[in-house]
Amino acid sequence: MQKKNGSIITKILFYLFVIVFVGIIVLPFFWQFLTSIKPMAEISAIPAKWIPSSVHGQFYVNVFEKHPFARYLINSFIVATTTTLLSILIGASAAYALARLRFKGKKIMLMAILSISMFPTIATLSPIYLLLKDLRLLNTYAGLVIPYITFALPLSIWLLTNFFAQLPKGFEEAAAIDGCSRARVFFQIMLPLIKPAIFSVGLIVFINAWNEYIYALTFMTNDLMRTVPVGISLFPSNYELPWGDMAAATVVVTVPLIILVLIFQKKIIAGLTTGGVKE
Amino acid sequence: MSEKKKKTSSIMKTEARDAWIMMTPAILVLLAIAVYPILRTLWISLHEMVLTDPGSGYPFIGFQNYLNIFKDERAITAIIFTLKFTVTTVVLEFLIGFAAALIMNKPFRGKGIVRAAILIPWAIPTSVSALMWKFIYNDQYGLFIDILMRLGIIEKYQAWLSTSSGSFMALVITDVWKTAPYMALLILAGLQMVPEELYEAAKIDGANVFQRFFYVTLPTVKTTALVALLFRTLDAFRVFDLISVMTGGANGTESVSVYAYNHLMKFLDFGYGSAMAVMIFIIVFIISLIYMRVLGDQITDM
Repeated sequence: MQKKNGSIITKILFYLFVIVFVGIIVLPFFWQFLTSIKPMAEISAIPAKWIPSSVHGQFYVNVFEKHPFARYLINSFIVATTTTLLSILIGASAAYALARLRFKGKKIMLMAILSISMFPTIATLSPIYLLLKDLRLLNTYAGLVIPYITFALPLSIWLLTNFFAQLPKGFEEAAAIDGCSRARVFFQIMLPLIKPAIFSVGLIVFINAWNEYIYALTFMTNDLMRTVPVGISLFPSNYELPWGDMAAATVVVTVPLIILVLIFQKKIIAGLTTGGVKE
Repeated sequence: MSEKKKKTSSIMKTEARDAWIMMTPAILVLLAIAVYPILRTLWISLHEMVLTDPGSGYPFIGFQNYLNIFKDERAITAIIFTLKFTVTTVVLEFLIGFAAALIMNKPFRGKGIVRAAILIPWAIPTSVSALMWKFIYNDQYGLFIDILMRLGIIEKYQAWLSTSSGSFMALVITDVWKTAPYMALLILAGLQMVPEELYEAAKIDGANVFQRFFYVTLPTVKTTALVALLFRTLDAFRVFDLISVMTGGANGTESVSVYAYNHLMKFLDFGYGSAMAVMIFIIVFIISLIYMRVLGDQITDM
């Protein structure tokens, strides 16, 4: 009897913890959402007014009319997609070799790739800036994809290597006995097997590229070429702090990400937890 | 016998050759866009190179830029601040993440929702979360002050972001909010690899809760936890977006990356800025070495 009582209390405490934990995570988003639909006057009400007296869509109109926010979204999408595709295209074969072929210097290669993924962005900023300036690539998509590959490629290789290593052993031997070439093994057996993992890795690389800040801030100085994270952060001007516009913009970028995460959470987690742990 | 040996060695040789062929594109790309820039940063850091002063001819000055860092009080302050920020956030994130993972390491209703919620702060850009929290910390109509006043914890309105301790607290809370859930997620994944039988066996042997934690749980999640800690430490040390958006480095919250960035892109002092960047690189490298030492060969044993 007493045990049962105890377990009910533990259960209540447990769910209380879960609710508080999720609540703290969600509260800032909820607050942004409320702010984005408030009438202007209620945003700066003191004390703060939680529930708006009426719903307004003006801030959402502002986001797209006062700022080239649609352009920011398109820019971010093009750069993040290209970065992801390129780094998986170049990274997959390297990851296969690292995970499944025997050769000298493997450990050194793995360490080198891991170290490159740890490069502080700031340490490569000035040479890449000079390089892009010489090539006249500042304020172009290519000019952002190139530096993004510096973190996206090592990340892709690292994650894909872990996935390739998880595939059952013996494929190569069986294929070699059948007289299959290495290229055929890779393209016709390994790639199809690893497809779900490629998707997981792609999502993680995409989100990393989408969120990048320093390179985008430095290499895209033309307002029409800015990406979402930088674009939003430059909403405040010398004259005003447009909290409503910023809240609406936050909602616009967060909602697709929430949907993405809800649909693909298992895939993302599979990618994040396969030994590759990278924010 | 020797015939067979020869055959194996020739298979090994083609295997190694194929491996290098398959890695060539990645190696070339990384040499061109990651290794070369790092070397060039090193080279630039040995020169006096202020882009607004091309007349100087950018002379070679050896390690002068590095020596200047030690004489630069603002640089030293930035290093100390960054170390303080790194230690505070990583310790908090790890403790909160670990505790949350331990509590949630069992099947329960609504686990899917919790997992999705955990991923969202990780998935949104840091600059966006920084803006969100900046609004929450607003000194008059922010949510933070509103909740504290309603709960009766404080009585007067306070401008958090205009004091040094307030700014530090605001940055730490925002960073912990964004990454503790992520830490919980990774450690949870590690915990799920601990076989249930192991706990049962330990229980039968009379191990208490703490013994089970220290002898069963910890050793199994050690690798996961250390790798997570390593990446978090490096990220925290390189912090830029959060500070740049939230405080702009005001009130003693200038991190080394923010300071180096100002020298590079605002004052266009590439020589000194590059020396700072190299120093960040070296510190990051030392941090990694320490972790690798603890991790041992686990990371490359695949």
